[in-house]
Amino acid sequence: MIKLLVDNWSSFISGFGWTVLSSIVALFFSLIIGSLFAILEVMPSKVARVIGNVYVEIFRNIPLLVITMFFYLVIPLYVVKINGFTAGTIGLTIYTSAFIAETVRSGINSVDIGQMEASRAQGMTFWQAMRYIVLPQAFKLVIPPLGNQFINLVKNSSVLAFVAGFDLMYQGNAIASTTFETVNTYIVVGLFYLVITLPISYYMQHLERKLA
Amino acid sequence: MKKFKYVTLLITSLLLVLTLAGCGSQPLSSQNILENDKKSNTITWGVKADQKLIGLIDVKDGQEKGFEIDLAKAITKKVLGKDGKAKFVTVTSQSRIPLLKNGNIDAIIATMSILPDRKKVIDFSDSYFDAGQSILVKKGSSIKSVKDLNGKTVTSAVGSNSVDNIQKIAPKARVLQLPDFAQALTALKSGQGEAMTTDNVILAGLAVENPGYKLVGGTFTTEPYGIGINKGQGDFKKAINKGLKEVIEDGTYNKLIMKWFGNVPGFDYKEVLRK
Repeated sequence: MIKLLVDNWSSFISGFGWTVLSSIVALFFSLIIGSLFAILEVMPSKVARVIGNVYVEIFRNIPLLVITMFFYLVIPLYVVKINGFTAGTIGLTIYTSAFIAETVRSGINSVDIGQMEASRAQGMTFWQAMRYIVLPQAFKLVIPPLGNQFINLVKNSSVLAFVAGFDLMYQGNAIASTTFETVNTYIVVGLFYLVITLPISYYMQHLERKLA
Repeated sequence: MKKFKYVTLLITSLLLVLTLAGCGSQPLSSQNILENDKKSNTITWGVKADQKLIGLIDVKDGQEKGFEIDLAKAITKKVLGKDGKAKFVTVTSQSRIPLLKNGNIDAIIATMSILPDRKKVIDFSDSYFDAGQSILVKKGSSIKSVKDLNGKTVTSAVGSNSVDNIQKIAPKARVLQLPDFAQALTALKSGQGEAMTTDNVILAGLAVENPGYKLVGGTFTTEPYGIGINKGQGDFKKAINKGLKEVIEDGTYNKLIMKWFGNVPGFDYKEVLRK
């Protein structure tokens, strides 16, 4: 296994790099987009709630691979040329943002309604109350499920392998099929994923203890 | 709780004993295949089911059709006599060697190149087809041969040696490896790459189904296909080789080539005729 790792070191590392990059980009944007749609879902306006709901229900209930394939194969045909890495990261962002929206919304809903009412009574606008009073409390509550979403996001990034996104899984497939060392290759790939996900897992636990 | 533990132990040991007892009888793969096949008057072939012109299951009648299918039938008749039956089992590039090893199929005839790495695991018959790697492009593309691929993006399938070959001949080409050939073609169609590369026969099948695409530049490697036979089946291998030789000598082989590859744009069938 050591020999396999040494022989294919540059492939593994470049795959690792692309996986990390895709995960970071997708995490950043899905957190923003997810939070926005979560707020839409709890807004007083009915139109906003419908828009939020439709977005979440569509992208939460379509397989990630289908969304990604759509961006990889259909969008370049009619709209704009995007490569596998971009298509995979976009798919990952949209898919995860739907789950994050649901998570954050549940957090917002579990903050006592009196908090919002009191803020509005003080003369704050809806957005001010959200930004300064409700969201900070909501995020504290949803740290554990949010951590789950982040870990899922990293693991789901293996979808890039199906659209030639040069990620860890893609390199793993290529190495396994040229060296015939299938078992060892996927063990190494699994270990590389652990290198990314375990720190996230521990950091989220730490955050939970610190803030709760 | 303690009682439960004993029951578990009992069941586990029972299973172990049964497994060991099962090992007593001879596994299928180490029996003499030629004798068995003569008794049952049937050879079981592992074939592709998703490759036009080579091995494809026709959705209309559920029958396997293609060059390899016809060749397997012809060889079966030579080995077992006129009434010999050929039975077909669908395999994929990943499953074919394991299925041969555990005795589910007697021989593989499924676009398998004779490679040194594979020879370590199984035996090969004499080559039955001189395939070679080629390129598929959209009609009107500026790519005319493998040299033009430098700086371009090429799609292929993961697990094929086509990727290594391209990197040797056109080092500046960017290769995208997709899960299978159908997806590699879809990626080419949606503009993710400018060309697709793999064995010419596979590309020929795709070109027939997708009229906007054609093969260019001929072949730039030689990948002779062989029939895969399990290790230790010397008699069976000899019989297959003899059958294959007779099929070539009586002209059946060339007839089959003309039948399947006589009319593919950009594919020179004369390259693969046997005299």
